[in-house]
Amino acid sequence: MASENDSDQRSHPRCIKLPPAVEVFANLKNAQTFAIDIGLSLTKIAYYSTVSYRKALYEDAEGLGNSGELAYKVFEGNRLHFVKFETRYIENCLNFVKKNLVDVERFHGKSIKVTGGGAFKYTPLLQDKLGLLVDKKDEIDCLIKGCNFLLKNIPCEAFEYHRHANPEYKFQKAGPNIFPYLLVNVGSGVSILKVESDEVFERVGGTATGGGTFWGLGSLLTKRKDFDELLQLAERGDHRNVDMLVKDIYGGDYSSQGLSGELIASSFGKAVACGQPKFSEADLARSLLFTISNDIGHIASLYATVYNMDRVYFGGYFLRNHPLSMHTISYSIKYWSHDRVTPLFLRHEGYLGAIGAYLYSTEQKDKCSWLENYAGSSSFKDSVSTDLGIKVDQLEIDQAEYAVTFCPLLKDPASYIPDTTDLAQDKEARDYWLQCFEESVDKFVSRAIHSQPLSPTAKDRGLKLKEKYINRLHYLHAQPFAYGALTVRILLDTIEHCMKEFDFPDPYLHQKRKENEEALRHLHERVTVIDKLEGIEKIKALILGVLSGNIFDWGAKDVAKLLETNDFGFEEAQAKIPGRPWLEDNLDDWIHRLQNGPAHKCAAIFVDNSGVDIILGILPFARDLLQRGTKIILCANSMPALNDVTYPELVVTLRDAAKICNVIRQALEDNTLIAMETAQAGPCLDLSRLNLDLCLAMVEHDVDLVVIEGMGRTLHTNFHAKMKCECLKLAVIKNRWLALRLGGDMYAVICKYEQSSPKTKIYDIEIKSEAIKDGCPSKCTGETTELCKCDNSSDRNTSKVSV
Amino acid sequence: MSPQSNENNLTPTDMQSNEYSAAHIMAKEARNHSSPCETVDSMPWFGMDIGGTLSKLVYFEPKDITRDEADAEVETLKNIRRYLTKNSVYGKIGHRDMHLQMDNVCIRGRRGTLHFIRFPTSKMGNFLALAKSKDMANLVTTVCVTGGGAFKFEDNFKKEVNMNLTKFDELDSLIRGMLYIETTNPHECYYWSNPTDDSKCQKVPYDFSEPYPFLLVNIGSGVSILAVYGPENYKRICGTSLGGGTFLGLCCLLTGCNTFEEAIELATGGDNTRVDKLVKDIYGSDYSPYGLPGDLVASSFGQMNSKDRRNTVTKEDLARATLVTITNNIGSIARMCAVNEKIERVVFVGNFLRVNPISMKLLAYAMDYWSKGTLKALFLEHEGYFGAVGCLLQFNGESS
Repeated sequence: MASENDSDQRSHPRCIKLPPAVEVFANLKNAQTFAIDIGLSLTKIAYYSTVSYRKALYEDAEGLGNSGELAYKVFEGNRLHFVKFETRYIENCLNFVKKNLVDVERFHGKSIKVTGGGAFKYTPLLQDKLGLLVDKKDEIDCLIKGCNFLLKNIPCEAFEYHRHANPEYKFQKAGPNIFPYLLVNVGSGVSILKVESDEVFERVGGTATGGGTFWGLGSLLTKRKDFDELLQLAERGDHRNVDMLVKDIYGGDYSSQGLSGELIASSFGKAVACGQPKFSEADLARSLLFTISNDIGHIASLYATVYNMDRVYFGGYFLRNHPLSMHTISYSIKYWSHDRVTPLFLRHEGYLGAIGAYLYSTEQKDKCSWLENYAGSSSFKDSVSTDLGIKVDQLEIDQAEYAVTFCPLLKDPASYIPDTTDLAQDKEARDYWLQCFEESVDKFVSRAIHSQPLSPTAKDRGLKLKEKYINRLHYLHAQPFAYGALTVRILLDTIEHCMKEFDFPDPYLHQKRKENEEALRHLHERVTVIDKLEGIEKIKALILGVLSGNIFDWGAKDVAKLLETNDFGFEEAQAKIPGRPWLEDNLDDWIHRLQNGPAHKCAAIFVDNSGVDIILGILPFARDLLQRGTKIILCANSMPALNDVTYPELVVTLRDAAKICNVIRQALEDNTLIAMETAQAGPCLDLSRLNLDLCLAMVEHDVDLVVIEGMGRTLHTNFHAKMKCECLKLAVIKNRWLALRLGGDMYAVICKYEQSSPKTKIYDIEIKSEAIKDGCPSKCTGETTELCKCDNSSDRNTSKVSV
Repeated sequence: MSPQSNENNLTPTDMQSNEYSAAHIMAKEARNHSSPCETVDSMPWFGMDIGGTLSKLVYFEPKDITRDEADAEVETLKNIRRYLTKNSVYGKIGHRDMHLQMDNVCIRGRRGTLHFIRFPTSKMGNFLALAKSKDMANLVTTVCVTGGGAFKFEDNFKKEVNMNLTKFDELDSLIRGMLYIETTNPHECYYWSNPTDDSKCQKVPYDFSEPYPFLLVNIGSGVSILAVYGPENYKRICGTSLGGGTFLGLCCLLTGCNTFEEAIELATGGDNTRVDKLVKDIYGSDYSPYGLPGDLVASSFGQMNSKDRRNTVTKEDLARATLVTITNNIGSIARMCAVNEKIERVVFVGNFLRVNPISMKLLAYAMDYWSKGTLKALFLEHEGYFGAVGCLLQFNGESS
């Protein structure tokens, strides 16, 4: 029982300190479109707004002067905001919206999409407050639209819940292959929806025993009248005082039918003419919760069986991600379906209708890529207090500037996980990394502040950023599942989201530029040294060069100290590389491959840091491959993250390198050396969200070698990723704890070379034909069929077997 | 059942012996005869089904007693027979359902009357005391029992009235008893015509002579659902804990009533639409995109989160809402099971349906409406007694 109590504690902490006031209805003044889902108990307002943010310009040095201030250009991003609050506050919220909208008249005569059970009742209020025409949208249509949107776009949206397992939450990743599924929406009543595609779905059934029954009966049977209070009451009760168990009838198990004595034979069966009640209100509430959750699970499993579905998603206000309800529903559905049906829950189940209603108000939007904004969204476990004086939940989703898809060279996209360690499961690692990031945040923040010496608000913003990030770390410490899977990648992404949010577009820009200029001065010398070598020695030196370059990483706490000394150069870095055999050492295989195999057709190199890393490590390595007759695609981040090289910087750097190195110049002219952007905005690499253009280019150029460099891209995310082609993963572990954990020491080397398995074929990566037409550069459309004409199930089997 | 013959050919050899040895010898005799028709077991014949809430007792009163037999019959046996057949209420706890009594039936070669008696399982102590006071312990040493109580009360029977329980499987007994009664009673099986229209609604006999396959939904305290393909060929496909016990338990809590009869009476005078949220309460009318009629219950008890609404409902309304909630839920589950098993006839039994036409009509309507006429809800007159009857039929006069 102790362990159960522990897990309860974790699910319902009462000791977590949240930031006292969170800005609610952020970016309201720029709101473009509104949609609203008015439910029985909760209302969700959705609005689409533009967010201005600055990008630091790498090339335009005019603003730099002696001040060190960067030049910026203002960009407009698009963001979806969702605010959820109790319906009884609807008038306050609408007043607030009205007051804060800029130029409220511009909405007059426009329409607002409204859905939910309260759409009918609140129509006059909406028209009165905002002057918007109410356009009612069907609730079920909205639910399904919203559900599809979340499942496709939001990583870790859906999860299995295992109350007594580690981890409790097992998250699914987002992806295009979401159909078919059953959606069980547990609102006041229950609707069961069969969804076969974006367009094809139907309501196949339902039951009136739902959240309203729990609330209504709970209000009658206990003194608690609030839904959440009833749930809390249920946590404390013991249903066995109210329910008649099998053992109450049989004295023990009913073994001939295989029914355990602990099973409930008759809900509320002990409440019959009881005289002196032997149960408490809490017992009644728990019995009621079990009655209804069990029943919903049972009915869902019957529908899943009839329609032959193995996935059932649960949505609606009854659940509210309440552990006991999720546990009971999961147990019930698995029991009745004999484990054939997987019950899945959604982190943002409360927003389905609002998202759907919003999507109705817009064409095209569902063709873009979206990203959950970790800085602006509240966790799915707790509401936050606001400056409006009410509790709300918030969800912010950024519209990505790029279309993304799975890397076409992933061996099995379906099983690909862009994270090496699940910190939710691995407590030791979680504790370490949360601590590590907390210790590092000062450095990041002080650099951010220093990057804007002329800004009077920089310090204030920096401190707010720090407070927000540290609060988040503390929160995640207690609630590891609050934002889906917890991984190093997510923690790193969160820093970048916060940087952007607090208007620190690229704190390392100045540093990066300085280092690039410095490194370029040594490129000629480096190339000369390499060119003096031949055969094995040359290959070794190039790999060693990449590894040495990779030490120059401002993201690594210990290394950053070294770099600050200013007399740490390429030579010094080389000296840090340990002797062989390395921690992961396939160098000989790589050498053998280069010496004996045919030249690769094309290599995609995912690069890491600016300066020495890219210029003295990667460029000579790429140059050698070019000389062997291999095309090169250098893949760089789209948005800044620490001192990682970004795509715009890479373009400039290549241009400058071309002035120094003829091979590079020629390759650029011949288009055999191409720089492309990955659509990534953090120091990690999520191959399931790769820039569509890059993916298409990888197919067009027939990439047969993928090189992934750096700790973030290799160790934290793709260490176990399997490719259909050859793959070389290179990194230096600049974190002592991690190195020791992996059995090495500081600066341990990962040089992992994997041959492709010849049998695997192209896998279905599901790039929709229309997406290709829209998003593909015209030069490669002719070849896209290769990409999409993917073979069927037999290939899937092959790839599974070979894994 | 075997045809009736030679019913009077038994002549106990030792008429002067005490009760115990008479029974003993009769049982011994029975074993020595080869024809099943000649089998005679020691009287009295009981079948008992001890459920979670209600215990059911079926008593076979032989009407073909010969003079010799009558002379040989011990006084205790006569007293018991007289006590059971002359009364309809026993010690304030037991009730005989006289309208269910079946005359002129043949069981194991004997002709007689079946009596149907029930008492609350919670009064098991009183029942045992009554049995003891009637000297039952001196007559039979073995009682045939099914239901969970067969296990739970085994020790009590042994200690208090010196009886051994012969336990029979609950579901075997249920099906055996049901098939026997259905073939014996020509008007056993019926359905409700026009279940939504009180003026036209009536019970209509149903010819169940070709029964298989059918779904058997037994609604007691909880619910068991069986798919039956033949007399010996059935499986329990599922069940739910939301059954008669849930109805009664919730009703007791919500209205302060004490018995099933009271609860049903309250429900009869109530209106669930003052408690439940209907489709039209949410959408103003029908929810046309998905063909949901406005009068459909969208959320059971869905209005009771509102204080104002709570203040205006009556006990009757609450009882009615509870009854409708439980009944509709059973209907949904039964319907989905029928679809999964590809079975078209659904037979509802169990004491939840006793004096409960509201639920029967609701089930009849739900089966028909949601299946667009493909499913048929059937009911049986002896709804709650089949387990006890099945048990009685398996009685062979000795412990097994």
